[in-house]
Amino acid sequence: MAERPEDLNLPNAVITRIIKEALPDGVNVSKEARRAISQAASVFVLYATSCANNFAMKAKRKTLNAGDVMAAMEEMEFERFLQPLREALEAYKKGQKGKKEASEQKKKDKEKKSDAEESDKNKDEEEEEEEHMDEEPEVENEAEDEEVEN
Amino acid sequence: MSGDNVGGKGTPNNKNVSLPMSRVKLIMKSSPDVSNINQEALFLTTKATELFVQHLALSSYKNGSGKDKNTLSYSDLANVAEGMENFQFLTDILPKKILARDYLKSLEERQEEDDL
Repeated sequence: MAERPEDLNLPNAVITRIIKEALPDGVNVSKEARRAISQAASVFVLYATSCANNFAMKAKRKTLNAGDVMAAMEEMEFERFLQPLREALEAYKKGQKGKKEASEQKKKDKEKKSDAEESDKNKDEEEEEEEHMDEEPEVENEAEDEEVEN
Repeated sequence: MSGDNVGGKGTPNNKNVSLPMSRVKLIMKSSPDVSNINQEALFLTTKATELFVQHLALSSYKNGSGKDKNTLSYSDLANVAEGMENFQFLTDILPKKILARDYLKSLEERQEEDDL
C-alpha cells in the first residue's frame, strides 16, 4: 500500500502546528527537532499498532478495535492519554451518528424525490430537494472514507 | 513529570483530529501482521498520536537544557527519550549526539577495561 517511503511520514505542516499549539507562545522549534518529533510520531503509530495487535491476536480477533488501542496505551505507559481518548471517542461516535442520520435523511429525500418525479407533481418541491442534494455531498464523501477495508 | 495539559490545548472541537486518518492507516497497515483495523481503533490511534506529539514536545521543552529557553532543540528530545520511561522506545531514532572525539575516547576506555 505504501508505495513511497515518504508515505509513511505524517504531514509536516500538521505536526508543526500541533507542536506549536502544545508549547508556550514564542518558543521556536528547530528544524531538526521538528523532523525528529515527526519520525517519533510515526514510530509511535507502529509501536501502538503492534501492541494493539497483540491484544487482538490474544483474543483471536483479526480486526483491531478501540479496546485494543486503549489496552496498548496502558501497556505503553501512556495512561495519561486514556481519559482524553475516551472523551474524544465519545465525541467522535456522536459525530458519526449524526452523519449516519444525515445520510439516512438524504436517502429519504431521494426516495421522496423519485416519488415526486414519478407522479410528476409540482416543480417547486423538486427544486427544493435539489438544493438539499447540493448540501450533502460532503457527508457522503466522508462516509466513504470511513470504510475500513484494504 | 510534565505535560499536564495534554489534550487540553490544540484539540479543536469542531474537528475531531487534525492528522489525516488515511495516512495513519497507511502506517498501521505497513505493519506486516496487521490485517484489519476498525474505524474506532483508527480514530483512537490518530488521536493518541496527536496527544503523543503534544506530550513529547512539552516534556522535552520543560526538561530542556535551559541553555536557550526559547528554542526546542534536538538534544532536548534526545534527553527526554533517554530519561523518561515511556519514551524509551524512541532511543533508537533519537540517539544522543556525541562528539567523535568523546566517542573515540569511550571506545578506548572500553578497550582498556577489556584488556584488564
